Amino acid sequence: MIFAFDFIILIFMVVAAIISLNIKDLLSASMIFGIYGFLICLLWAEMGAVDVAFTEAAVGAGVSTVLLIATVYNTKRKSSD
Amino acid sequence: MLSKVFATIAVVITGGLLLYGVYDFPSFGDPNSPPNAGVEGGGESVSQYFITNTYKDTKVPNMVTAVLADYRGYDTMFETVVVFAAGVAIFCIMRVVGNANDPRKKEEEESVHSFTYGDHNRIIIGTTCRVIIPVIQLFGLYVIAHGHYSPGGGFQGGVLLGSSFILLALSSDLNSALKRFSEYNYFKLAAVGILIYAGFGLASQFLGENFLDYGVLQPLLFTDGPEMARSHSMLGVEIGVAFTVMAIMFSIYANLASHGTLKDGL
Repeated sequence: MIFAFDFIILIFMVVAAIISLNIKDLLSASMIFGIYGFLICLLWAEMGAVDVAFTEAAVGAGVSTVLLIATVYNTKRKSSD
Repeated sequence: MLSKVFATIAVVITGGLLLYGVYDFPSFGDPNSPPNAGVEGGGESVSQYFITNTYKDTKVPNMVTAVLADYRGYDTMFETVVVFAAGVAIFCIMRVVGNANDPRKKEEEESVHSFTYGDHNRIIIGTTCRVIIPVIQLFGLYVIAHGHYSPGGGFQGGVLLGSSFILLALSSDLNSALKRFSEYNYFKLAAVGILIYAGFGLASQFLGENFLDYGVLQPLLFTDGPEMARSHSMLGVEIGVAFTVMAIMFSIYANLASHGTLKDGL
């Protein structure tokens, strides 16, 4: 483990998590959530768990972002309730 | 406002408890921690067993795949079933069959023609994706086939193959992706994937061993010894996992993007 690398990734992860929670636009929130998934993938790759990192890159950063965006596309700007 | 305060307090307390629990963990790579050194008075530890015996037992260099698909094969089989169940659940919730009184119908008919072939963005994106999709699929096949030599395996390769179909649906439209991989075909493929996995288990049971004990499949696979039979069975099992994951990933996307109508997607 390289401390400086870990530290930078963890700081970016916290920042990405807070931004994706607070941002108003749902599309931007799902994009930043994808960035968060990719940072987790980097962290796992750096810790030597390459198989898990690969899964996270494919599922967490790739497909789940697409699924979230597909869901956001089907929402409307205003609530109908 | 009040609910936000309560939510913050709950999050802080949960996070604090989790951080407090981390103190009891052994430090990263500690050789004296219970999983590495074994329990006191007990035998050899589990990880030590896997590190020394995986290659001898199975001739598979990637220990993660060997543990996932062979030693803990029963877990992985039901992980695949969970993926299948997720796809079926999304199908049951989202899918609309016959849209006679669908209020979105008119809206959809208008948006179908909103993209035409003269659209320059479509030309650039469409051409790029047409070039890149075969590369993604080849890489997915490589990841599945080399799952026991390098990082990767059925789940990752299946997701890559599924995402290549999603990319096709994104770059042109959902219909052209569904023309190549229809709803009937992907659910059939998903079920076949699980049946391949369970078939390997049942075959070893018929030959007189435990469920998913691949070593006994040696006469069926024409290999040199039970070790190579285990290695080849792992590849077969990974192919089954990849079938299911690929089909379900695409089915979830198709249902979510088209609001369950499978007509006009993203």
